[in-house]
Amino acid sequence: MTIDQALDQRTQVNDFAIKLANVNGTGSASANSLLMQAIFRMGIPVSGKNLFPSNIQGLPTWYEIRVNKSGYTARALDYDLVVAMNSQTYAQDIADVRHGGYVIYDSSWPLDPDLSRDDVTFLGIPLAKMCLENFKAPRERILMKNIAYAGAVVALVGIDVELVANLLAETFARNEALRDSNQRALRLGYDYAMENLTCPLPFYVEPMDANGSSILINGNLAIALGCLYAGATVAGWYPITPATAVMDNFIQLCARYRRETVVSDDPDVPDTTQNNYLIIQAEDEIASIGMVLGAGWSGARAFTSTSGPGISLMNELLGLAYYTEIPAVIVDVQRTGPSTGMPTRTQQADIMMCAYASHGDTKHIVLFPANPYECFDFAVQSFDLAEKFQTPVFLLSDLDIGMNDWVVPELHWDDDYVWDRGPVLNDEDLARMSEFFRYNSANEDFVAARTLPGSDEKGAYFIRGSGHDEFGRYTENAPEYQEVVDRLKKKHAAAAAHVPAPVIERRDGAQIGIITIGSCDLAVREALDQLADAGIAADFLRVRGFPFVAEVRAFVEEHEHCFVVEQNRDAQLRSLITIETGVGIEKMHPVLAYGGFPLSAQQVVDSVLAKLEN
Amino acid sequence: MPSITKPLIPLSPLPKNDLGLTIRDYEGQMSTLCAGCGHDSVTAAIVHAFWELSTPPHMIAKLSGIGCSSKTPTYFVRGAHGFNSAHGRMVPIATGAIAANRELTYIGISGDGDSLSIGLGHLMHGIRRNVKLVYVIENNGVYGLTKGQMSASADIGSRPKKGEANVLAPIDPVTTALSLGATFIARSFSGDKEQLVPILKAAIAHNGFALIDVISPCVTFNDHEGSTKSYKFMRDHEVKEVETDFIPIRAEIRAKIPTDGAIEVTMHDGSSVRFRSVPEGYDPHDRMKVEEYIRDRQSRGEIVTGLLYVDESAKELHELNATPTSALAKIPYASLCPGSAVLASMQEDFR
Repeated sequence: MTIDQALDQRTQVNDFAIKLANVNGTGSASANSLLMQAIFRMGIPVSGKNLFPSNIQGLPTWYEIRVNKSGYTARALDYDLVVAMNSQTYAQDIADVRHGGYVIYDSSWPLDPDLSRDDVTFLGIPLAKMCLENFKAPRERILMKNIAYAGAVVALVGIDVELVANLLAETFARNEALRDSNQRALRLGYDYAMENLTCPLPFYVEPMDANGSSILINGNLAIALGCLYAGATVAGWYPITPATAVMDNFIQLCARYRRETVVSDDPDVPDTTQNNYLIIQAEDEIASIGMVLGAGWSGARAFTSTSGPGISLMNELLGLAYYTEIPAVIVDVQRTGPSTGMPTRTQQADIMMCAYASHGDTKHIVLFPANPYECFDFAVQSFDLAEKFQTPVFLLSDLDIGMNDWVVPELHWDDDYVWDRGPVLNDEDLARMSEFFRYNSANEDFVAARTLPGSDEKGAYFIRGSGHDEFGRYTENAPEYQEVVDRLKKKHAAAAAHVPAPVIERRDGAQIGIITIGSCDLAVREALDQLADAGIAADFLRVRGFPFVAEVRAFVEEHEHCFVVEQNRDAQLRSLITIETGVGIEKMHPVLAYGGFPLSAQQVVDSVLAKLEN
Repeated sequence: MPSITKPLIPLSPLPKNDLGLTIRDYEGQMSTLCAGCGHDSVTAAIVHAFWELSTPPHMIAKLSGIGCSSKTPTYFVRGAHGFNSAHGRMVPIATGAIAANRELTYIGISGDGDSLSIGLGHLMHGIRRNVKLVYVIENNGVYGLTKGQMSASADIGSRPKKGEANVLAPIDPVTTALSLGATFIARSFSGDKEQLVPILKAAIAHNGFALIDVISPCVTFNDHEGSTKSYKFMRDHEVKEVETDFIPIRAEIRAKIPTDGAIEVTMHDGSSVRFRSVPEGYDPHDRMKVEEYIRDRQSRGEIVTGLLYVDESAKELHELNATPTSALAKIPYASLCPGSAVLASMQEDFR
């Protein structure tokens, strides 16, 4: 063993990364997330990233687990352990193991000697053979292979096997047969590793108490919860990866928390169930947003969830909502574009599209959550902002936030919360007025009071996407038209003070500033610490809402060099900051990752250092 | 197109409806459509229908898409709430509004371009969901606002004022709706208010999507020789074998309506529709027979008008979704939010 190798074999407690390479459709995802969940329950900071194909069965899929006692849980690029279960991708997966790392492979068949590496330890486990001997049904043999390798990983990295057994028992509480076969498979892999391999490996877990009251949750569920708590009653949607689960979850939550039994007065008539919600699977995304507008016009809190292609389709009606001033919440779980792009890969490339969606002069409110915790809070805020400003509000999540489980602080709800319906006139208000016109009574935020359909005749008006004056009447007169669109611009600007404020963190002696957005957060924070270790102190700003507050421009101006880290090709956040604040684009260096995988700190550090060294 | 307020000149005392309102109270702005436009006659029929039914104006929501037809909601019931939306997108917007507040009466005005081209998909899905919406197609076979292009409802051989004859087969909203399972299907002619008003009233009473295809000639671009959507063509080819009366709730049965052999349909709200002098074998509940009859007449170059098909037994959108009988938009927040304790206990499963 060389000194180099000895260094790479150093003991790492609660600090390592595992990559599990599988074939999709074989049930590996549940085995992999089982490992992640077990580590979470041991109180150790952990993340799991599912890097899956747009396919149901047969294509390569990966799951990455990063364990880090310091809380650095962005995607790691050097893997201590690779579980190579997909022969199609053996070559790449084995190449991805770090120097001195380990590979688990299925030794039911010999490994191609060409794939061997001298600097990596290969751990063969006869998984297929074991499952063939222990399980009868073909599908079970495939499924249990996953639990068996998970059992081996449990032994190799020192995960509490009883804890994993408990998790399986919880998962299959209602299915005894599956519970038993899963438990057997877990023991098969675990026992094989304990008896035949050196356990644990030089990197392993030890219980910590870092997770406190934190929870494991994905962003799509968190958004659905936010919509439930915000009081949304109407939703229109069309299935699309990676946003579908937002509505799947909302449907389930409504079925559980929004149903009430209506007791019948008549003993011969049975009690009925009443749904205090109406969710419509639309014919397309155009119809989805149309339904949201109709419901928003009528005074219900309504939303849709979609991804980039859906926003493209919704553009026309988004302009209608903007111009007629109808509240609407649009959840965009971003995926990789353009066009169909890579539906199961992540990106932040809808920033510009959402900021200015639709033809003509349009500008929207956009919120940028960084994790599921913010997804919940921002979802609620989206509805308040939409009604307060009578306009569409975009909640811009992404596939990484939406579909991966994150460790985040427990969600809290304030029972004193009062929903902000914005200025709405009821019949009593109307009775006190001599006349009502739709757009001529703007408040300090440039928002005019509206009435809802069904209100007194005095409040009736004709809402129209065609040119209108401040009274809501059709116009082709230049000053009358301009008066309305000028107010809309001021209204948008006024929203800056009400969207979530940017997160700004300063370091002593900072020479540079790093600006970022959304799910880049963890990787950038880790990069900041790595840069500090390298002697480069950097200030940090994460935008959380559009329109921008003045601090965004000030932050750029106060640093000689600013870096803008985002996940798209065209530096969209940088462009938006320049367009909207007027700050010089040359002050901001783009740091871009847009290949479809979650950002890692390494990419940020490398880009910043490369620029500073030039 | 400026809007012009209609002068309210008091004439001799006008009759009042149950709400004490006169027909004038159901009118809107002055029409800015071409003189003689069929759409204005449809507007007049709508005004009559709502007035006769004594629908409170503020409990009416009138929606439209884009096009000449879609301008007309400004011309009726000024006290109603109106939404002039985007081309072809009225059905989804109406669906959302109806989802949020089922307490209003919803009427959507569309045209053949709006309904049968850009908005055809939405129309079909509105029918499929059986949204409780009166859906009027003011069908003139032509795009008026863009000056005379043939639409998808134009018949083969039909000629625009300028240019070549249409060579494509038309999309017929009536047979399309029949095949989609629509629950209320009628066709009428803008020049026949006597027929249109009872159809509109029955449509308003209907518990679901009520499609009324109204042939409504475009005097500027499609009322010439060679057009199959002209006043003359309709007067020469209309077949009115299926005649209907609408009988409101509690109304006395008028003596002049013959009851022999009539087919009566009780509507959801207790009113009824009576089919009189229907051709032999015609059954407005029998989708196949209705279609056979219409197609047979079509093959002879005839256009059948009247209330052609009714299914009052089907559930509409809200019934299908077991929502409350009052508006979702009016549910107090306290009934919608599960509260902090539920959120806390739910998260026990997230660990």
